[in-house]
Amino acid sequence: MSKPVIATASLAGCFGCHMSILDIDERILDLIELVEFNKSPVDDIKTFTKMCDVGIIEGGCCNSENVHVLKDFRKNCGILVSLGECAIMGGLPALRNGIPIKECLEEAYLHGPTIEKGNKIIPNDDELPMILDRVYPCHEIVKIDYFIPGCPPRADLIWDALVSLVKGTPMNLAYETVKYD
Amino acid sequence: MGKKITIEPVTRVEGHGKVTILLDNDNKVTRSRFHIVEFRGFERFVQGRPYWEAPVLVQRLCGICPVSHHLAAAKATDVIVGLGSSGLSPTAEKMRRLMHYGQIFQSHVLHFFHLVSPDLLFGIDGDPAVRNIIGVALKHKDLAVRGVVMRKFGQEIIRATAGKKIHGTGAIPGGINKNLSIEERDFFLDGKAIPSIDAMIGWALDTVNFFKQFHKEHRRFIDEYAAFPSNHLSLVAKDGALDLYHGVLRAVDTDGKRILDDVDYREYLDYIGEEVRSWSYMKFPYLKSLGKKKGWYRVGPLARLNTCDYIPSPLAQKEFEEYKAYTNGKPDNMSMHMHWARLIETLHSAEMIKMLLNDPDLQGTKLVKQGKKVPEGVGLIEAPRGTLLHHFRINENDQITMCNLIVSTTNNNEPMNRAVNWVAVNTISGKPEVTEGLLNGVEVAIRAYDPCLSCATHAIGKMPLEVSIIDADESVVSRGWKNIDGQ
Repeated sequence: MSKPVIATASLAGCFGCHMSILDIDERILDLIELVEFNKSPVDDIKTFTKMCDVGIIEGGCCNSENVHVLKDFRKNCGILVSLGECAIMGGLPALRNGIPIKECLEEAYLHGPTIEKGNKIIPNDDELPMILDRVYPCHEIVKIDYFIPGCPPRADLIWDALVSLVKGTPMNLAYETVKYD
Repeated sequence: MGKKITIEPVTRVEGHGKVTILLDNDNKVTRSRFHIVEFRGFERFVQGRPYWEAPVLVQRLCGICPVSHHLAAAKATDVIVGLGSSGLSPTAEKMRRLMHYGQIFQSHVLHFFHLVSPDLLFGIDGDPAVRNIIGVALKHKDLAVRGVVMRKFGQEIIRATAGKKIHGTGAIPGGINKNLSIEERDFFLDGKAIPSIDAMIGWALDTVNFFKQFHKEHRRFIDEYAAFPSNHLSLVAKDGALDLYHGVLRAVDTDGKRILDDVDYREYLDYIGEEVRSWSYMKFPYLKSLGKKKGWYRVGPLARLNTCDYIPSPLAQKEFEEYKAYTNGKPDNMSMHMHWARLIETLHSAEMIKMLLNDPDLQGTKLVKQGKKVPEGVGLIEAPRGTLLHHFRINENDQITMCNLIVSTTNNNEPMNRAVNWVAVNTISGKPEVTEGLLNGVEVAIRAYDPCLSCATHAIGKMPLEVSIIDADESVVSRGWKNIDGQ
């Protein structure tokens, strides 16, 4: 039987959730035995080469590129998982949601104390993707099947969830493993 | 018809990134740029939050080296609560230092083993299907296991000091919220649950030797690849020692002349300015005394070993002397020597961790101090990849009214653009065909500078590439995904 196929992506997050995946430590070697990686930073595959069993998303959507990647994941993954606070609720980047994006840009590029006086440039090149009006959690853009909470979720929780998902076994969620800090 | 090569994404930490290279009809490079394409708006949205939240809020900029942001913000809030820049209790300062050296250790290890070793073991143009950490794990299992265990050791140090491996809460304004118990200390010393700190020092030394051997066998590549002259800036201790947690700001030019002479970093506005360019969300810092054109500088391990006078731990000092002798004591401007410098710092961090673990001050009970509150604070620290600055102003309700952040990656913005340009001009320009190996060469140059950006897409692999062919007025005429296997 072929191994279950996994894909991962980081959208508007800080990569801390991916770091927490690495915090499974020596079990990384078991993971390589257990699953096959498709589109993911793990293995350089840029476009999906086959349908994946599980897609793992870190981060919410703050620009057009994030939305594009997320929709691509939904199309190509049987099960889609929101990993961590930002994917689930927008997280810390969503603190900007109550503030007009113009104010955020002006603060960063016009008003900062190290910015040269009289600067009028705010980055706007065609190479830069469109910023969204606010930061959206993933389930507001596509259907999400499972949510793993935490900032970041603990490595043990990620490991248990992954093993349960790829083996199709029920997950034992001990009270103290579900933390939102 | 000209062409444009796009390498995307080079994602996160301070943001997603990509590279564009423009070629003319003869495939000569006419322009290259390294763009940061994502924007968060921290400077604005932390306004109104109470200042004591800063150490836990702002660290969410970066999950790869959150401790650096946690401590830089904590240092700024130390000033706000009236302790000046160095008024902590010995227990608080040493707990923070232990946390920081644990962070440097894990981050440097992650960078070398997980990101860089595949390029060294399999070659820049090695088979992309195995040129990643899974390939390393399959072909060089012992090396991969060491990388995993060393990173785990650093992460455990962070957990013991900050409460959590990622986004901890250990540092608070004016101090720290816990000390280190004897049980926690012995976990790292007795070698029972995990290999001991002595094993870490031994493995760190082995890794320096591994790199030196590689250097011997690939001298031209390591010495010449993406090398260019620059200024260098970092924190140093008051006596000129390498110090990653606290000190004064020093910069030298490409010949070693001091251009910033051990100044108080709280006065940084007198010395550092930032330029905004329309094509990147990342600003371009420069030394005001030299102006925008000539004032840019490098930060990080290479810069730190260029600015400091010595390393205050014996094994790393010995390696430092050998390293300095290679350039006859002059500043080292070779980009790939960044890896050598980083590994010497890894060894130094392990030695510092051992010294700190054996210091009884860590069991002290004076954790927090407070003085007379002031409305403004600047904190600066050497993050794994370079100088990191946080600056906050608050109002009478303790709410943040102004936040300015100059992060390490931003300090290295111009240097990374130069490195990308070096690779484009020296290896891609004029070639009839742009191969996957040549494009990986661009990533190799970026990777030398910025473990965070690399981590983003590369934590356990390498960047995917997108190649666009465009005509002279820059409109895309054809586009194709370029996968690892060149399809």
